[in-house]
Amino acid sequence: MSSSSTLTLPFDETRRRGGALSELLSSDMPRSRALSLILLAILVVLAATPFLFPGSQPIGTAAKICVFIVLVASYDLLLGYSGIVSFAHTMFFGIGGYGIAIALERLGPTWSSVAVGLLAALALSAVLAVAIGLLSLRVRAIFFSMITLAVASAAAVLASQLSNITGGEDGLSFQLPPALRPAFRLLSEPLFGTAVNGRLVAYYLVFFVALLVFLMLLRIVNSPFGRVLQAIRENEFRAEALGYRVVAYRTAASVISALAATVAGALMALWLRYNGPDTTLSFSIMIDILLMVVIGGMGTMYGAVIGAALFVLAQSYLQVLMEAGSTALAGVPLLPNLIHPDRWLLWLGALFVISVYAFPGGIVGRLRQARQ
Amino acid sequence: MTPALETRGLTIRFGGHVAVNDVSCRFTPGTLTAIVGPNGAGKTTYFNLISGQLRATSGQVIVGGEDITGLAPSARTRRGLGRAFQLTNLFPQLTALENVRLAVQSRADAGWSLFRVWNTRRDLIEKAEAVLERVRLADKRHIAPKALSHGDQRKLEVALLIAMEPKIFMFDEPTAGMSVDEVPTVLELIHDIKQRSDATVLLVEHKMDVVRSLSDRIIVLHNGALVADGEPAEVIASPVVQEAYLGVEVSRD
Repeated sequence: MSSSSTLTLPFDETRRRGGALSELLSSDMPRSRALSLILLAILVVLAATPFLFPGSQPIGTAAKICVFIVLVASYDLLLGYSGIVSFAHTMFFGIGGYGIAIALERLGPTWSSVAVGLLAALALSAVLAVAIGLLSLRVRAIFFSMITLAVASAAAVLASQLSNITGGEDGLSFQLPPALRPAFRLLSEPLFGTAVNGRLVAYYLVFFVALLVFLMLLRIVNSPFGRVLQAIRENEFRAEALGYRVVAYRTAASVISALAATVAGALMALWLRYNGPDTTLSFSIMIDILLMVVIGGMGTMYGAVIGAALFVLAQSYLQVLMEAGSTALAGVPLLPNLIHPDRWLLWLGALFVISVYAFPGGIVGRLRQARQ
Repeated sequence: MTPALETRGLTIRFGGHVAVNDVSCRFTPGTLTAIVGPNGAGKTTYFNLISGQLRATSGQVIVGGEDITGLAPSARTRRGLGRAFQLTNLFPQLTALENVRLAVQSRADAGWSLFRVWNTRRDLIEKAEAVLERVRLADKRHIAPKALSHGDQRKLEVALLIAMEPKIFMFDEPTAGMSVDEVPTVLELIHDIKQRSDATVLLVEHKMDVVRSLSDRIIVLHNGALVADGEPAEVIASPVVQEAYLGVEVSRD
């Protein structure tokens, strides 16, 4: 559960390096050249996707990566930094999505509906996170996990049962405010050959909100508060004896994490113009989040960026790649069948087992270790 | 003088077993009280009742006139109770400096700051460094407890207690398991704490020479009950103590 397998830090973390970048990254630098380059590449590609790749699939994938970076980073705050194992994270993701969907569908496609939906969702998430936290963070970790599982299942059932509000299994489709619609033109002329329309505005809304929330989470884990969370993760008993109210800190971490997940859900719904159980509430997303955190590297925040980018890319393009391979190998016995696109989940699973086995500290942990 | 700490009829039962039995005792500032007794006498349990890791079956714990019997350990710490543990109890993967800095941060009540970077609080880091200097661990500040020797871990445990600047210091066998040449450092630290402030110090210790040299007062626990209380020389000399509890240990030392 620990972020650092090293016992002696290779650098002096107490020393303040000046500079705006260090300030922006809350003094938590990537500390590995390869990691810095990968993060920079992800940032640049995400920022320029609409201009780099034509068509709707790349930009959709990029938007999903942005959303999942926030979702996974907020889960890392819980799992990696606080040592809390919660299975209710998709519930908060779903609340964000339904907040936007219900408000826009009922109140009409305006910015004030977006605000009302988001604020209502944030409030509901905060209340639920406090309730779960106060009721159950006192009990043993395993019971807490079970309780979150039960609450999340109840929420999923509720969302599908209240079909006149949530649209049930079909979910809700809705109209966006005019500025986010494809027909909207910010500039009359295309920029670098790309039409600057409402879709582009929507993408950059997702991109910048995600970036802002990620930097905020990075700041929080590197604040005195974040340090207390790590202390509680290491030795809860001692943290309490030092005068830190463990239950209050854990509850606060749950609330912050839930709020960030809610924002991610709202972004997802805004991007898809739709929200349903399969896009934000399903348990399979919960599993995806867990995998992304572990693959990227728990307790590192940057792991969320890499984990989300890799996973979403694999989800979107592994099948395409396998299709190509399968066709190319037609005629060869067994092989085309083995890499048939229908087998993509099998290969994804194998890749993850291997990567978790090979890099127990995740990709970020591996890269940082390599530097020493 | 008003006591800094008082227990009134403090009792805890585990089923039929009474681990601490009706212990009433006052501890005044500027006094180092040694708590002695054979293994299983209830010394550590008595500590756990005072610092809140265990809840008393009956009786009260009073700090500075306030009844804190119902409070959580963290709340008691914030009222000036400081505890070093018998079995080393640190943050194993964080650096020695971070271990101490967390104690300083708690003392400064700075844990709820969410939006500033932790290392901009230079004051907390400097204070933690000064404490490490005091326990002679400054050169090991970037090493995590897991990789420290047992003796250094014990010193770090004392460092955390010093960093919290409590009004009441509770040491539970601070020299247990230490090598002979490391013991004097810790004893000096405890002596130093006693000299520098009018702190109330409680010390559970088995080594009778340590008890004799440091304490102003000795209380004896046996089967959970307080059976002797007084000046060190007087308590050690009392026949009941000699025979029943200290005889073996005195001769062993």
